[in-house]
Amino acid sequence: MRKRLLLALLCVATVLASCGSNDEPSGGATGTTGKTPATFPAGSTMDAIQKKGKIVIGTKFDQPLFGLKALSGQPEGFDVEIAKLVATAIFGSNLSGKTEFVETPSSVREQSIIDGKVDLVAATYTINDARKEKVGFAGPYYVAGQSILVKKDNTTITGLDSLSGKKVCTVLGSTPLKTLQTRAPAADLSILFDTYSKCVEALKDGRVEAVSTDNVILLGFIKDNPGLFKLVGEAFTVEPYGIGVKKDDLAFRTFVNDTLEKAYTDGTWAKIFEKEVGKATEIPTPAPPPIDRY
Amino acid sequence: MGVLFDNLGAFGEGLRTTAALTLASYLVALLVGTLVAAMRVSPIAPLRWLGTLWTEVLRNVPLTVLFFVFFFGFTKIGVSYVPFISAVIVLGCYTSAFVAEAIRSGINSVAPGQAEAARALGLTFAQVIVTIVLPQALRTVVAPLGSLFVALIKNTSIAFTIAVVELTRVVKELASVTGEAIPLYLGAAVFYLLLTLPSSAAIGVIERKVAIRR
Repeated sequence: MRKRLLLALLCVATVLASCGSNDEPSGGATGTTGKTPATFPAGSTMDAIQKKGKIVIGTKFDQPLFGLKALSGQPEGFDVEIAKLVATAIFGSNLSGKTEFVETPSSVREQSIIDGKVDLVAATYTINDARKEKVGFAGPYYVAGQSILVKKDNTTITGLDSLSGKKVCTVLGSTPLKTLQTRAPAADLSILFDTYSKCVEALKDGRVEAVSTDNVILLGFIKDNPGLFKLVGEAFTVEPYGIGVKKDDLAFRTFVNDTLEKAYTDGTWAKIFEKEVGKATEIPTPAPPPIDRY
Repeated sequence: MGVLFDNLGAFGEGLRTTAALTLASYLVALLVGTLVAAMRVSPIAPLRWLGTLWTEVLRNVPLTVLFFVFFFGFTKIGVSYVPFISAVIVLGCYTSAFVAEAIRSGINSVAPGQAEAARALGLTFAQVIVTIVLPQALRTVVAPLGSLFVALIKNTSIAFTIAVVELTRVVKELASVTGEAIPLYLGAAVFYLLLTLPSSAAIGVIERKVAIRR
């Protein structure tokens, strides 16, 4: 009896293990380079990654549309596919077993790069001067910003200027709240919650007329509630998302920038955006942001 | 400490809401709780079951969950109130479960002979409860009812999760704007004490006044 139980446990363990080690790339819009891997100058980060046989990518596992670990165990989203572009540029189009994704929440992004735990970070990572002190940024590959979510049939709210007297929900004590207080001082900010999902519930129930925060978060809610919501107006803050690399690794940063630029011109970037973000949220594909080679 | 005195107006506003929320909820809790306690000792079985169900459900679900379910869930079936009224209903019903238990224990402390004598005189169940049992029962449970009042004052701080602008919510907002969380939360503690300490003292006075010498 005891032996049989042990055997059963072993079976379960084996199945679980084989699930976890499934490293197949999820298809995606890859393939900016040919089948054969490129060669790189000895000593460069690209060469080191190629010799190591895999690239370690830090991304978020909980950000719908950008970096989300799917039920299959594979992370997916816009950030993930952008990171795969770099992987493809190093290894060629067959990425099987050559990528390793590590969950990198906002608070540990700089440290993961500095400690060399990851080769690069693509995790809704806003480029700013404070962070540039610690890490290097390639890109930006996307510009996010604070935006406004309303019900699909709402025609009275068209942007920041039309929020006067309207009940707008956001999270208590957040940066988006401060932005609203200064940029839309006449908006009614009496209904605030501790999480955005409550704001979305309040929007569904008609307790508030709009929800405002970073468009990336709002896009996730549009995806989760098909046909219910829309974004209105232009984003009114600027959050350029970059790929974080080691601060002094200019060669690798240039390589990532070249890879991004190539994806801009050959249409791969637009294809990825359309597949990962545009399809689920029905928002038009924007023009790719200009690369900032500082 | 300056941040505290600069925002006394906002604190006062929050304090007023917290006090109003406490008083209104406690009124609801006392009324509903007494009714539920009476149901639990009534001779009609379905009423007893209903009373038990009410008590056990409300007592055993966390307050944050009750707030969420009532404020966001009940809206879907057409029950929708502004945040303050919603909070009064939730806090009142939640506390009523504890009030009912306290009063029921008080009822059990009244000698059975009292109710039996009243019945023998021909009083109905309602008359027995209202004129004979409850007056004695309530006197013995002043202390637990008072503790529930103090607990309720503190429980109102969860109402910020459904957008009621009470003391805790004011502090959270000021803390995020000014970045000086510690003096502000210490200030909040003082303001809560301003509500709870006099309440405790008042309960002590009431308890001494109405106590039955047995």
